[in-house]
Formats: sequence, structure tokens, C-alpha cells
Amino acid sequence: MAQVTNILLCGVGGQGVLLASEVLALVAAEEKAEVKQTEVHGVAQRGGSVVSHLRFGDKVFSPTVRTGTGDILVAFEKLEAVRYGHYVKPGGLMLINDVEVMPGQIGEYKPYPTGINEFLHKKGFTLQAIPATAKAKELGNPRVSSLIILGALSAHLDLSPEAWERVIERRIPAKLLEVNLKAFQAGVEIGKSMAQAAAAGA
Amino acid sequence: MKQELLMGNQAIALGAIHAGVGVVTGYPGTPSTEILETVAKRNPGNIYVEWSVNEKSAMEVAAGATYAGIRTMVTMKQVGLNVASDPIMSLAYIGVKGGMVVVVADDPGPISSQTEQDTRQFGIFSKIPVFDPSSPEEAYRMIEDAFDYSEKYNTPVLFRPTTRVCHANASITVNDSRRVIKAEGFIKDSKWVIFPRLSYESHMKIEKRNPVIAEDFFSYSYNKVTGHGKKGIATGGVSYAYTKEALSSLNGTGKLMKVATPYPFPEKLALEFLKDLDEVLVIEELSPYLEKELIYLCGKYQLPVKIKGKLTEDMPWAGENTVKSVTEAVRNFLSLPYSQSETKEISITLPDRDPVLCAGCPHRASFYAVKRAMKGRKAVFSGDIGCYTLGNAKPLEMVDTCLCMGAGVTIAQGIHRVEPDGVNFAFIGDSTFFHTGISGVINAVTNETDIVLAVLDNSTTAMTGNQPNPGTGQTMMGSISQKISIYNILSAIGVKHIERINPFDLAKAQKAVTKMADIKGVSAIIFEAPCIQIVKPAPAYKVYTEKCTNCEHCIKELGCPAIVIENEQVTIDSTLCNGCSICSQVCPFGAIGGPEQ
Repeated sequence: MAQVTNILLCGVGGQGVLLASEVLALVAAEEKAEVKQTEVHGVAQRGGSVVSHLRFGDKVFSPTVRTGTGDILVAFEKLEAVRYGHYVKPGGLMLINDVEVMPGQIGEYKPYPTGINEFLHKKGFTLQAIPATAKAKELGNPRVSSLIILGALSAHLDLSPEAWERVIERRIPAKLLEVNLKAFQAGVEIGKSMAQAAAAGA
Repeated sequence: MKQELLMGNQAIALGAIHAGVGVVTGYPGTPSTEILETVAKRNPGNIYVEWSVNEKSAMEVAAGATYAGIRTMVTMKQVGLNVASDPIMSLAYIGVKGGMVVVVADDPGPISSQTEQDTRQFGIFSKIPVFDPSSPEEAYRMIEDAFDYSEKYNTPVLFRPTTRVCHANASITVNDSRRVIKAEGFIKDSKWVIFPRLSYESHMKIEKRNPVIAEDFFSYSYNKVTGHGKKGIATGGVSYAYTKEALSSLNGTGKLMKVATPYPFPEKLALEFLKDLDEVLVIEELSPYLEKELIYLCGKYQLPVKIKGKLTEDMPWAGENTVKSVTEAVRNFLSLPYSQSETKEISITLPDRDPVLCAGCPHRASFYAVKRAMKGRKAVFSGDIGCYTLGNAKPLEMVDTCLCMGAGVTIAQGIHRVEPDGVNFAFIGDSTFFHTGISGVINAVTNETDIVLAVLDNSTTAMTGNQPNPGTGQTMMGSISQKISIYNILSAIGVKHIERINPFDLAKAQKAVTKMADIKGVSAIIFEAPCIQIVKPAPAYKVYTEKCTNCEHCIKELGCPAIVIENEQVTIDSTLCNGCSICSQVCPFGAIGGPEQ
């Protein structure tokens, strides 16, 4: 069976999930034989939950990941990690942006679910919390959190830093480039220190 | 030649550009929209591209161009084909001169459509050949073949990708060259005029021709039979990719047939596949199309092969296939053992993130004005296709019916005939009004029906990603065209009472609705405010906590995604709020205000 890396990116419409998966797909396309990526467009996009599937390797047939075979799930929002958790393989890695987005309150107030991390931890997944939203505020632009998350993800993938840089330079508008590159670097550092902490813990 | 990461729809567009297409028309609809947009964006300069007013117009404009000898492509979603079926049914008889490919995107699931109709079936119905790509890279190459077959057999051809082909990205080798197709021009000939006698002859010709195409498809490179054994899997479209994935992960073997041209069905290919088989599993989405073709062949040639699929309940009737569902089906069929690596469905009740109207959406304001005006009165609110269908959700609950493009206007008339004592509203967006709404309004006027037409004019085709429409005055060729006035159209077709209203002025809007609801005959309100996706948002509003009693009236009345409760205090998320001001007009305590207050 051909070696394929399966990644899922999920979150809430407007958080930059689609931009992030486009950047990741472009980087993978520079370095890997085959890349496939897909997401749901249309009605599901508006204010809703968004999931993007990304697969790369020697030979990729399906654009979607089979449930239970995802290597890494990147959640831009906490509860979305639970919604798509069944795509991840047992013990698989979940990178979770430490942010809660309240679901739209259509007429009645529903509280945000609690104990998400504990729940996923009990399921046996490897969890890493990414303080991307906080870090983005620190960098002065809340919109760059998606690049921070990508940076953290890059620490877990064998894609060259040069390819990441090339694609970000190509894809991000010039006036936002500097802050986005900075955000990506910040993410890389977070990813590295998380991986080290995990290794030390093990 | 260069490698590009392309979405299936972009691949189809670039493939068509390479194949020398000269005229491209269509109407937006998920999952087909990006095809025409990409042709416009990557236009080498000599392709005419238009968003037509509806799919029927798109098909007819393209028909004229193909009569004049140019290669044409028409794009739409599957339900759009219903609108275009009148011209395409006849065009099948008339035939084409320049190659004509009608791209119809099917939507198994459905993910963003009204029906799970199967365009392969339309091939049988219309006797038009159908191409069914299984991946973006295949779609890129296959579209050129589709043009060639169209010209070879003088027929329009259908090209039907599904959502997972349209919206999947893949790295594709793109050929930058462009084939030169010279248009001879329109040559007068009685063959372009459909008459019963001509139709009889054409019908005979088509019936003789299609078996020849089926024979030709036998050697078509994307149709193939591989492997061997007593068990076989028949598939096509994206299900082929899922099947390959399943066989690869299960280390399964067996005979495999991929059908890239479902109509006319490549019988010879299927006979080669069926030979020496005991059992077949058919893996496909939407209709049991391949399954029925195989059953037919087993009957015709008396082959003792058991065909399993949807008809035998081995595969699900509705919804899209997934790698998981296909892997399960293949595993069962080939009696393979379970693999270890499985994550069970995670059971926890999660709050849904239902799609909602955006914060600051003018539709919310329009619906709310009508709701307030009709409070306590008997009224039915017929809706239509667009973002505003979301007005059916709580707490607005202002869409009582939705059927198909343009139907709200006419359904309201039918309800009125049975319930003349109630007020019948018909909500319709600007693009839908131009698409198929106008004829419904004429129907109401001429038949003296009491309805209140509410045109939600947000100056764009919002649902599919803000395409221009006749009211917005831009073309896909980059020019600025005359804006067509909805007010003038309504006035010209005899609507006597028309009001143009800014929906964000709640009191005024409510007053206008009350007035219009009591008018006999057809009255119309045009709610005019642009989609917040196409304008710079106003500064965010905020809650004055000292005045706010946390009664949650704003939340319960409007359901705006920007109004949330944080630490038991109603608050406005400044990153979501677009400053539409409706909440401040609804708050009974004056506790919400804009930046200037």
C-alpha cells in the first residue's frame, strides 16, 4: 500500500481554514508526487462548520480521507475537533487552537460544551493545544492565526521550510506578507516546543 | 506544459480552453460555478464568456454559436439542466456543427441542491452521449475528448462531474497551447429548422448512430476492465477513486470495470467484464444506472451473473458514497477480514453550527419587517432559491415554501386560490427574479391574483459567491452594461403598487409592508440593500451593559450570529458585527448603539 499522509483541517467559516488548506496543498504539491484536497462549498460554508481533507504521497486516489485513518487533525476551533475526531486514526495527533467559538444562537441560548480536551484525551488521541489566537493578538493581527496554526503543523510534516516560504510569499498579498511570515515562524516555534515537551513527557 | 494545483472545475475550464472553445455560457450553481469563472479569468482573449440570465438562455446562446461552427461549452448544476431541457432535447435532434459540451455538475448527498437527480439518466432520455470523469486530472483531459466526439457525431454531449470531482484539488499537468478551431459561420440550411418530418428522420438517424458511438466507446481509453477472478466490481465517477482506495487499503483483488462513458453504454466493454464472473458489485452514486445496464445485458445474453447494488439493497439508495462506505462494501463483497485500525464514531452531543444569514445580512432585516407587519394576521410566506432560503430557520421562520428557481411567486398564487382570506407573500432574490421570476409575476397580474411580491434585491448572486446578474450591470467580458431595473420591469408588466424600501429602516419598512398587504391584486416591495459580502461593513455596534437587562429579546427575535452571550451578559462580537443597526432598533431598552452614540 502506497504511503499517503492524511490531514484534516477543520474550524468555523471565517477562521481561515480554507486559506490554510490551500497553502498546505500548494506546499505539498511542490514536494510530493500527488496531492488531493477537497472541502465542502456552498450552503455549508456560511457561519457553519468547515472541514478540509488533504492527502499527499506517491499515489492518491480519493480526495477525501477515510474515517479512522487521518494522521493529523488540525482544529481551528475546539469543539470542531470533536465533530471530526472520528476521521483520526487511533492515537493520532490533534492540533487544537485554544479558542472557543460559540455556535450561532438561533433564538435560544445553548452553553458551550465543557471538558472537550479531557474527552478527546480519554479517547486516546495525542493532543497539542496551540495558543494561535492569543499569539495572533500579540502580533497585532487576529487574522494571522491560521498561519500560526500552519507553522505549528509544519513541525510535524516533512515539507521543507523553503517550500513553505515560497508558497506563502506567492499566496499572501504583499502588504500582509511580513506579518504572515512572522506568524508562520511563531507557529513553527510553538510546534517545535510542543513536540519537545511531548518527547520529554514520553 | 506545467504543473498546477487545480480544482476540478478549474481543470475543466483549462481543458476546454486548450480544446479551442470559443463561446462559454452558463448560470451559476453549486458545484459548477467555478468552471465559467475560470474561463473568464484565464481567457486568452478570444473566448466569449457570459453568465446568461438562466440555463435555457445559456443553452440557446451556445446553440446559435455552434450552428455557426464554433466550439461551445455550457455550464450549470444538475437542476439547471431541468430549466435547459427544452432546448437541449430538441438540439439532440438538430445536432451541432462546432463541438458542444454541456457540463452538468451532479451533487450526490445532496450537499447544496434540491434533488439527487442523475444526469447519466438524462443521456438515455435525450439520447445524448455522457462523459463521467472520476478525478480532476481525468476531467482536464476528458473535456477535450468530449469536444472531439461531439464534432465526430454531430451531437451535443453531456459532461457530468460530481461535487467531489468539481471541488477536489489535484496537481495537474496543464498544456498551455490552444487548439485553433476556425468557425465557418452560419450557413443557411433547412436542417436548422425543427419540423415533425425532420424530427422523424433525425430520430431514426440517432437510433442508428448511438450503437456506433457505443462501439467507439469500447476502445475509449478511460473505459477499462482490469484484473481477473470470479467476482467483479463495476464503477464510475468518483466512486472509482474510492474503489481503488478501498482495494489498495484492503489488498483486495478482483475484476474491475470503470465506465467513463455511461451513455451510450459501452456494451462490448461490459461483456468483456461479465465474462466468467459469478458476481458483480456495482458501486455508483445517485441512480442504479450501471447496475440496470448490467442486468439488461445479463438478460439479453442470458449470462448467469448475479448483479448486486442499490436494487439488491447492498448499496444505499441515497446520499454520497465515501471511502469508508465503499471500503465496507468492498470488504463484505470480497469477504475480506476487518482491519484493526478503526476509530468509532465519537459520541458526544455537539451543538450544530447550522448555516445562518450573515451578521448584517439585509435579508434578515427584510424578513423581520414583514414578520412584524404581519404579526397576528393570517399570512403565508413563499420563498425561493438563494441565501434567503435560510430565512426559514428559527427565530425568523419566514420561509414556508421553497421548491425550485422562481417557484415562490407562483406557489403564492396557488395558495391564494385556496385561501383568499390570507395574505400571500412571495420572497425572491434579484438574480432569481431575472432567472425565472418575471414570468410568474406576469401570471399573477394577468390572472388578477392577490399577492405581495417581496424582491430581496442585494445587488448580487450571493449564494454562489457573488456573480453579476442583469441588475448589477457587469459582464464576464469585463465591460459595464446597462443595469436592468426591477422597478421598471414590474411597472411595465402592470404591477400598480411598487415601493422601494431600505430594509435597515425598520419602522418605515414595516409601515410599507402593512400598506402593501391590504392592496388588491399584485403589489410589490423591493427591499434594496447590498449583500454585506460586497460592501465595506459599517463600524460594529455595542451593548451598553448598564442599560441591558439581558432579556435576550435581540437574540430571540433576530438570530444574528454576532449577538452572543459571554459570561451571562448579552454582547456583540465586534469581529462579526457589520453595523447594520437592526438590533438597536429592536432593543426595547435602547441598550444597543452604534459608534456615534
